[in-house]
Amino acid sequence: MSRKSNLTLIVMGLWVLALALAPSLLGNYEVRIAISIAMFTALALSWNIIGGFTGYPSFSTAAFYGIGCYVGALAQRSGVPAALAWVAAAAFVGGVSFALGAIVLRLKGHYFAIGSIALVDISRLVISSWGSVTGGGNGLNVPLLEGRPPEVSALVLYVMLGIMVLAFVTNVIVDRTRLGFGLRCIDQNEDAADMVGIDTTRYKIAAFVLSAIFPGAVGAVYASWVGYIDPTDSFDILTTVKVPVMAMLGGAGTLLGPVVGAFSFVMLEEIFWANFLEWNRAIMGAIVVVLIFFLPGGILRLDWKRILRRLSDRSKARSTDKGSAKE
Amino acid sequence: MSAILELSNVSRQFGGIKALNDVSFSLHEGEIVALIGPNGAGKTTLVNAITGVHSPSSGKVVFKGEDVTKQKPFQAARRGLARTFQIVQPFPRMTVVENVAASALFGGNPESIAAARDRAMEELEFVGLGHVAETPASSLTLPNRKRLELAKSLAMGPKVLLLDEVNAGLNATEIDVALDLIRRIAARGVSILIIEHLMKVVLSLSSRVLVLHHGELIAEGPPQEMVHDRKVIEAYLGPKFAERFQKEMADG
Ligand SMILES: Nc1ncnc2c1ncn2[C@@H]1O[C@H](COP(=O)(O)OP(=O)(O)OP(=O)(O)O)[C@@H](O)[C@H]1O
Ligand SMILES: [Mg+2]
Repeated sequence: MSRKSNLTLIVMGLWVLALALAPSLLGNYEVRIAISIAMFTALALSWNIIGGFTGYPSFSTAAFYGIGCYVGALAQRSGVPAALAWVAAAAFVGGVSFALGAIVLRLKGHYFAIGSIALVDISRLVISSWGSVTGGGNGLNVPLLEGRPPEVSALVLYVMLGIMVLAFVTNVIVDRTRLGFGLRCIDQNEDAADMVGIDTTRYKIAAFVLSAIFPGAVGAVYASWVGYIDPTDSFDILTTVKVPVMAMLGGAGTLLGPVVGAFSFVMLEEIFWANFLEWNRAIMGAIVVVLIFFLPGGILRLDWKRILRRLSDRSKARSTDKGSAKE
Repeated sequence: MSAILELSNVSRQFGGIKALNDVSFSLHEGEIVALIGPNGAGKTTLVNAITGVHSPSSGKVVFKGEDVTKQKPFQAARRGLARTFQIVQPFPRMTVVENVAASALFGGNPESIAAARDRAMEELEFVGLGHVAETPASSLTLPNRKRLELAKSLAMGPKVLLLDEVNAGLNATEIDVALDLIRRIAARGVSILIIEHLMKVVLSLSSRVLVLHHGELIAEGPPQEMVHDRKVIEAYLGPKFAERFQKEMADG
């Protein structure tokens, strides 16, 4: 078991290194993709704690991300240095998710899913109606990061990678400690979890908060990068659906699943954006359908050994077929 | 003998239904008490009321001298008030030993996850599941699932164990094995309240029987007396059959 988990850490380390090399080896376009991958990997890993380990289908990612955007932006506008504003956003979102979690985690299954989507809409409504502070529908300008564009992109990439690594380490720690054990019990049978002595409410709130702080930070960093935010973009329903799809695509509840899923999804999206602009959303829908029907456990849970064996059997069969046809 | 678990005037309503009505009794240290009653009498509800799954609407539950009426199930578990489920509740995608380790880890107080696993292995050996420790819990046969439930509750180191029909669905040989196991649990100093439909089990294990009917305790006493008690037979068979049954018994 420990051999396997060490392998996981090595794979992840190499992957982070590869992404970090993008600015020195590749062009601007590739760096943007690398930022996107780091961002969505961080979001998917965060979702994994509540959606994967705990089995609570949360669609709150965009709420945390959007609140992070605004807290970061407002802090920076009032003169707080960028790095501090990002940390403040994470902390603030942590606090908000603690309060909201206590309410919405009383719901289960579909009801929880709907409640968690409502959090996105409620947050957006609050931000858009509170115009005097947030600029309402007109959005907000955020002080730009200093430096030439390539330097700024490189900086944003490193910061996003930092958040992604923190989110990953959090997953590893959760996976190995009693928190993760307890969350798995809740996932598999919440009543029984309660009955063996797990304070399910506290555990679920802890998972919800851990799944919120990194998206909060990601949102704040993103706001600093693009220099302008508005409610529609910050609280995007598509983000909130994409992130769980990514985690499930790779394998929810595993350590590398969200990493593989975010990467595959971003790459697919790039390819389809480039080639069939207006089909983008249809393709996302298709992925969801394929996931449900063919890949319920995600890419990492496929029985790769069996698939490879079958493929090699088939190619062997074909070559012997050819052989017998000749005779 | 002092009471380790004491219920005073416990009632529990579900909407208009009084599933428990003014139930009072106590369980003494080291005792095995049987709780019997026809289907729907409120036996499972009583276990739920004691362990905080459905807290009493009124009345009081005292465990080891402490008022625990309003406790949550996880608090009951940590206090040493364990129960098994009538419908077994494993963590299906964990191995058998992980299932029990979860109980040991959260319900007991081991130093580490590894220590909890060791503890779990001991309990699995104790209930006779050592050989299937590493198999998935979902692959167990019914008798083994019942034993897993027992191992899970034992791993928390309970003082009181509430057993909700742990023998239902077992055949005669399996029941003999289960009886022996329950006796060995009692020998560890665990006080037991056992819900049971099988008279053989009631008669051979318990020193005292409580009879629940329509949410009320209608009789209490030694098992031999209870099986001949008019009110008890009526509860199970209805008044007409009870009369005939007693006549036949009297006639030999
Ligand atoms: N959660 C609940 N909500 C509503 N009614 C309930 C609930 N739990 C139990 N009841 C009702 O309370 C009564 C007692 O049920 P309970 O399950 O305690 O009976 P029981 O004695 O355990 O029966 P059995 O021998 O079939 O297990 C029944 O009328 C049942 O319908
Ligand atoms: Mg019952």
